[in-house]
Amino acid sequence: MAAGTPVLRVRAVSKSFGAVAAVREVSFDLYGGEAHALVGENGAGKSTIVKMLAGVHRPDSGTIELNGVPAELHTPADAKAAGIAVIYQEPTLFPDLTVAENIAMGRQPLGRFKTIDRAAMVRQAAQLFTRLGVSIDPNRPARGLSIADQQLVEIAKALSADARVVVMDEPTAALTGVEVERLFAVARSLRDDGAALMFISHRFEEITALCERVTIMRDGRHVSTELLAGITVDEMVRKMVGRDLGALFPKQDVTPGAVALSVRDLSRDPVFKDVSFDVRAGEIVALAGLIGSGRSEVVQSIFGVDPRDSGTVEIAGKALRPSSPKQAMAAGVALVPEDRRQQGLVMELSIERNVTLPRSRSLSRLGFLTGGRERRSAREWTERLTTKYGRLSDEVGTLSGGNQQKVVLAKWLATKPTVLIVDEPTRGIDVGTKAEVHRLMSRLAAEGVAVLMVSSELPEVLGMADRVLVMREGRLVAELDRSEATEESVMFAATGQEASL
Amino acid sequence: MTAVDLPAPRRSSLDVVLRARELGIVLALVLLVAVTTISNPRFVSGQSIRDILLGTAILAVLAVGQAVVVITRNIDLSVGSVLGLSAFTVGTLLQNNNLPVLPVLLAGAGVGVVCGAVNGVLVRYGNVPALVVTLGTLYVFRGITYFWAGGSQINADELPAAFLDFGTATLVGVPYLVLLAVLVLVVTGVVLRNYRMGRELYAMGSSPQAARLAGIAVGRRTVGAFVVSGALAGLAGVLFAARFGTIDAAAGTGYELNVVAAVVVGGVAVFGGSGTVWGAALGALLLTTIGSALAVLEINQFWQQAIVGGLILLAIGADRLVAVRVAAGLKKRGSHVS
Repeated sequence: MAAGTPVLRVRAVSKSFGAVAAVREVSFDLYGGEAHALVGENGAGKSTIVKMLAGVHRPDSGTIELNGVPAELHTPADAKAAGIAVIYQEPTLFPDLTVAENIAMGRQPLGRFKTIDRAAMVRQAAQLFTRLGVSIDPNRPARGLSIADQQLVEIAKALSADARVVVMDEPTAALTGVEVERLFAVARSLRDDGAALMFISHRFEEITALCERVTIMRDGRHVSTELLAGITVDEMVRKMVGRDLGALFPKQDVTPGAVALSVRDLSRDPVFKDVSFDVRAGEIVALAGLIGSGRSEVVQSIFGVDPRDSGTVEIAGKALRPSSPKQAMAAGVALVPEDRRQQGLVMELSIERNVTLPRSRSLSRLGFLTGGRERRSAREWTERLTTKYGRLSDEVGTLSGGNQQKVVLAKWLATKPTVLIVDEPTRGIDVGTKAEVHRLMSRLAAEGVAVLMVSSELPEVLGMADRVLVMREGRLVAELDRSEATEESVMFAATGQEASL
Repeated sequence: MTAVDLPAPRRSSLDVVLRARELGIVLALVLLVAVTTISNPRFVSGQSIRDILLGTAILAVLAVGQAVVVITRNIDLSVGSVLGLSAFTVGTLLQNNNLPVLPVLLAGAGVGVVCGAVNGVLVRYGNVPALVVTLGTLYVFRGITYFWAGGSQINADELPAAFLDFGTATLVGVPYLVLLAVLVLVVTGVVLRNYRMGRELYAMGSSPQAARLAGIAVGRRTVGAFVVSGALAGLAGVLFAARFGTIDAAAGTGYELNVVAAVVVGGVAVFGGSGTVWGAALGALLLTTIGSALAVLEINQFWQQAIVGGLILLAIGADRLVAVRVAAGLKKRGSHVS
């Protein structure tokens, strides 16, 4: 357990961007051999802290001390030299270079005449991978690695630098359960070797599983730093949000109406087969299952983004043609996709453009988009979803994850759908925004929208759904009523065996 | 930690593809030479080969510099104008003035360094795409040359004999200009492949964002790449002057497109991050050979441009195809927990 002096001390750092104070007078200590969680809602200033430690941003005031000595972290190179390694949410590898080169960049072993000793470089990478217990070919280019493997390469980079401080900014957001376990095993061994770990995540179960200490931030300020042993998740959430959340799953009781979405014998070899179900107006139906069980593929096929081999999809009794998202949209279907960066938003476009994109035809006059109408509509919907932004003309990419998700929701809700399909609606967003998204879904259902929700978070599935459909290996294996659905029954159906909970 | 016994590092699949890529150019060259020779055996005569090599030497020096810039996900369109300015500068220096060759080479390269630094600084601090900056300096540098020359021309008889000798002299049958180009090629190739600095250029082109976060001095390296490209274009200007002896303000006009074509045909990715100077030099050799072959085959010179254009499209198409194949192959080779 932690002892002695902290490896890294953050002393009253502040940072503003223009008029916005992102971080105000935040202080905390990181100890060697200890994992320290940093939690807070989106926009609380966590990423700004990470970027200051990484040398990307310089604090306006305050100091960062390493082993008791003030450190000047002006550039990423300074941070690297000071022994701080940062693993970003989105891995930052060079796709054209080999894995070994990615790991060694800037620290390549040198041979004669200061040339790079490639054999030694590859050997080092292989040794690191052996230590991590993974087999990635050091000679392959980084292009095409899965996100999990990319993260492992990033960790190998941190290892190779003998980093004393390892900062992980939401490393688990895109990983599956097994991959998270593997990552944690590596993180624990890093910590046991004496490194100070800083871990950022929205998943409390991960934080309690990995960390000893937690710092809570709210609105750019430091709220408290506690030992995790002495604080409950509820207390953490209250401190993060600063108010009582009310119910995290504010499900309203609704009497379902007519069948809005009817899917019969939908098949697409080899992803899913013979999927049949109905969703009624006013109902929230969850599609649960393990990652890779074919849930996202089913909803994409319903919306027409993916093709289907056979089966029918009907909206309020009218059949939809396969592979025609346009017709699905016209019939009142909206799909909020899983991967908002790739599929949900055009990151370089403005907020207003993104919000009005699916409706650019109906908003245009004589084929021209006039700025005024677009802006009015965008303002209305972003306000309805309490999106936080600077200006409507800002690039969507500049928003925090939760606010990006709100823009995606605004974009589709503005089309006034009768069938709303949401794929992992709250992935990677904070608990406050999560509750807002849930409240919104509940309200939409109460207004008579049929909601089909794909989710990997069991509490969300159990808390929000009227009915739970469980998929396993491309087949619908169970349909559970709200009263029957428990963590055990869903996991049992999803894995096909008694869950070991 | 105990050392792990590993088999000797294998060639990565990426490497293999790049080799194959360069092999493709070599095959195209062999085919071209064979066909042309059958039609007219004089194509492989000493004089013809010498001409091709001399032409290639100048283009290859430019292409090597261009490759360095393109690898960093930039482009330098001003090289033709830099060549012109440098050629006219050394011509003026040498006019009725006998200087040794080495300082002349340095002077030409010096002119290029200044031009390249201007490009690099504008790209870095102006935060303007290199395409736009160097398009601007293409006209600026050419304009300076025209203003300075004022319609005058430097003729071979005004240049010292020693300098003109340098343009034609050979060492064991190989022209000095070609030796110089090979030297440039080897040095640049080794730096790009085996030195940290070189690898950082690839890293910048592969992912500028990641390069910044990895602590690479992106700004300094960008300026450096443009300085190298400028210096080599300046050097090429001296080679140009030595080879042709007659220099006017229009020297090297339009060269930039040949250079970019050579680089692209040679397999340097236009979006940076991959490719080699060897490939770029081979591209220069192929393009020059095509030019000569068309003349020998008595095909209208106008076809040359269409053929070069077709080659570029072919090269890009082949790269794309290979990239898709490789990406699909790499996806399948994930990691496994051991």
